[in-house]
Amino acid sequence: MSKIHVQTTINGEPTEFLCEPRQSLLEVLRETLGFTGTKEGCNDGNCGACSIAVDGVLVDSCLMLAVEAEGKEIGTVEGLASPDSLHPVQQKFLEHAALQCGICTPGFLVASKALLDHNPNPSEHEVRHWLAGNLCRCTGYDKIIRAVLDAAEEVHQSA
Amino acid sequence: MSATNGGYKVIGTRPIRHDGVDKVTGRAIYGADTRLAGLLYGQVLRSPHAHARIKSIDTSKAVALPGVKAVLTGTDLPDAGDQMVDLGEGPARLKYLRDNVLATDKALYSGHPVAAVAATSAHIAEEALDLIEVEYEVLEAVLDVREAMQEGAPQLHDDMTTQEFGEDTGRKSNLATHFEHRLGDADKAFAEADVVVEREFQTATVHQGYIEPHNATASWNADGQLTVWTSTQGSFTARAQVGAVLDMPISRIKVVPQEIGGGFGGKIPVYLEPVAALLSKASGQPVKMIMTRPAVFESTGPTPGSYVKIKMGADKSGKIVAADAYIAFESGAYPGGLVGAAAMCVFSCYDIPDGRIDCYDVVVNKPRSFAYRAPGSTQVAFATEHVVDLLAAELGMEPLEIRLKNTATTGTRRIDGVVYPKMGCKEVLEAIRDSEHYQSPVPAGPNGGRGISVGYWFNVGLKSSCTASVNSDGTVSLVEGSTDIGGTRTSVAMQFAETLGLRAEDVKPQVADTDSIGHTDVTGGSRVTYATGWAAYKAALDVRDQLCERAAQLWEVEAGQVEFDDGVFRSGDNEMAFKELAGRLEETGGPVIGRATVDPDSGVGGSFAANIADVEVDPETGKVDILRFTVVQDAGRAIHPAYVEGQMQGGSVQGIGWALNEEYFYSGDGHLDNSSFLDYRIPTSLDLPMIETIIVEVPNPGHPYGVRGVGEANIAPPPAAIAAAIEDAVGVRPQELPMKPDRIVAALAGSS
Ligand code: FES
Ligand code: FES
Repeated sequence: MSKIHVQTTINGEPTEFLCEPRQSLLEVLRETLGFTGTKEGCNDGNCGACSIAVDGVLVDSCLMLAVEAEGKEIGTVEGLASPDSLHPVQQKFLEHAALQCGICTPGFLVASKALLDHNPNPSEHEVRHWLAGNLCRCTGYDKIIRAVLDAAEEVHQSA
Repeated sequence: MSATNGGYKVIGTRPIRHDGVDKVTGRAIYGADTRLAGLLYGQVLRSPHAHARIKSIDTSKAVALPGVKAVLTGTDLPDAGDQMVDLGEGPARLKYLRDNVLATDKALYSGHPVAAVAATSAHIAEEALDLIEVEYEVLEAVLDVREAMQEGAPQLHDDMTTQEFGEDTGRKSNLATHFEHRLGDADKAFAEADVVVEREFQTATVHQGYIEPHNATASWNADGQLTVWTSTQGSFTARAQVGAVLDMPISRIKVVPQEIGGGFGGKIPVYLEPVAALLSKASGQPVKMIMTRPAVFESTGPTPGSYVKIKMGADKSGKIVAADAYIAFESGAYPGGLVGAAAMCVFSCYDIPDGRIDCYDVVVNKPRSFAYRAPGSTQVAFATEHVVDLLAAELGMEPLEIRLKNTATTGTRRIDGVVYPKMGCKEVLEAIRDSEHYQSPVPAGPNGGRGISVGYWFNVGLKSSCTASVNSDGTVSLVEGSTDIGGTRTSVAMQFAETLGLRAEDVKPQVADTDSIGHTDVTGGSRVTYATGWAAYKAALDVRDQLCERAAQLWEVEAGQVEFDDGVFRSGDNEMAFKELAGRLEETGGPVIGRATVDPDSGVGGSFAANIADVEVDPETGKVDILRFTVVQDAGRAIHPAYVEGQMQGGSVQGIGWALNEEYFYSGDGHLDNSSFLDYRIPTSLDLPMIETIIVEVPNPGHPYGVRGVGEANIAPPPAAIAAAIEDAVGVRPQELPMKPDRIVAALAGSS
């Protein structure tokens, strides 16, 4: 199958790749470009492990074709931290022990950052509602919700 | 509420886990993240039929597809006879293990692997699957445990006969094993009881539901050495199984355990590992395989559906005097299921003098069932706890009162013969009684209710190894073999640190491959913090003893004259901190490596967990909302309380899912109709309140720091607590899991 040339931006870095029209963005991120921080849990849009930001909008990358990345700004978990510090949601996930196996964590972090960008002061219910598309089988969500609320608090205070 | 510190400096604190930054930045390498030069991608063709004889497989068109590098069927697996092999938590027949990896003569469940392909891309491999022609003779399937036992039921294994009370009956049947436990004289005790209650229960087949699909990457070298990178609960059992299936010595296999995205018991067996290995051998290139999500549901896990009957009798004072259980479990396509563990749990929370437990292990046309967190305990807790509540109601007692009156305790003899060492069942029930939640008003309104329940898991010991290299800067590199599914690197390292008076951060734990650490059994049975933690403790003592000798050299005294306390070596007026001595190893004989192995066959401490569940039931729709939920569990000693709470919360929520939503839907002909996370609905964040935790600490006398594993008991009580709460709310109590809306509505219609 002949390949298509795609120009995009990933975590702020202009990036080009070749892909088949049938490849998902998740597959290209992981297998072609090596961004393996974005996880695959279901490949059918039901677990949120593959969450990325596309032009600031939260997307399941398994449901987006790689060719659709043309001209877009892609954000993955690898782009959350700055060189000298973790993003507050990352730091709070560590402090609250909000991960066990950690396979869902990149998706939750990307989704949580998208939430805080959009609503810096969410209620517990709003956090639960926003994250309902991200499945975690290990934690029962309690510590995840607390970590996100705490991160919101911190983002809020430093803003 | 948090655990106490018990005079410890590290144990009981909440350091940030050592692998945490890797896991929040996306840098941790999980099985599917393995990347190698020249990597091929493998895919598996699966039977669409629940029960079929495989008459022929024609792979020629698939082989001819450009990009395809290797194609395999079951006959490509070496026929290595039929000995018993160790699966990590128990033995299994090699033929069954091999046939589950790739079927030869028969497909026994929808999703059973029948062929595999490696190609230059996953998409080409998938196309090639469509080109494989399999001719099946479709047979009638049997999906229910009781139907499968009936005479005339379709027989899965032509040669399987029932083993009864340890003897081969010679009777062909899907009933693989029938056994029982007896204590005292149950018939007499029932005859003398003042109240007797009997009920029957069913539970659906459910899946562990780990978010990470199974995966394996294999590289078969020209010299016959095999390396497998995989997400497994036990690299050594994976190595043993791959060796058995491929009929090769384990010394030629290296298993590299990558980070693992959940297991809950379901990632102990191998599925893809031997297939990837043979595809690599055939193609001469490394091969990566990732299971699709539908295949995870159709072909792995699940934990058994069950039929359980419980009879219990009590005297007027509320003392439970007799108990009788009939437990039939679906083992799935191959025997050797989990009913034995269920027997150990069914009456485990009570002190009952006379009883009988009658157990049936039955094959049905579903995937081979495997452990799922306290395997077998949840099904039977759902049943027993219901009957205990009925006894209480007949006797005019509160549910908590009858449990406290009959609680199992130190010295209780279980019906299956085990006598309890020091155990925390009573303390857990007392913590329920004393909790703010229990003492708070029951949710108001006509449809609110509260229930309580208790459950158990016995925990296991098994073998663990650790090595510890002292670094010259006073830190220690700790190597262990237990794959870390939920923070155990840290709970193990903390025990090491405590022993040597170090900070948790001064110990750097690593999980090593099978060539780099001594044998270590599975991460399962709630054993890692217990047994691998013990190995770390012993390795720390080894380091301590060697450092005492080094200090003795420096001070020119006998090693026996050097004492160690809280990170400081002392002899007479001499005194040296661990860190300083670590910096002087060069001049006292070179590097110091501590090492230890453990195989604790006694000392394992079981754990009890109990719940308070507040619910609201919508009588129109039958939907049950969890309003408030508390879990209490005996941790023995909570090493890292945050991760202990995490286990309690995670297990509770899996129990809530099992109670309310989760079940395998099979069509009449045995096809799984809900093999996605959309249709197999595990709890989401929106379905739940915060999960309140109360850690009870009844130290386990069989562990240097008093640890009991906490990974499992917490899944057992939720369905029963929720059922009791539903009854309290609307007056009906389902005897079948899940307690889904239509079942509640039907029960309400039946009761009015
Ligand atoms: S992998 Fe994309 S939603 Fe699950
Ligand atoms: S931490 Fe394992 S799935 Fe969320």
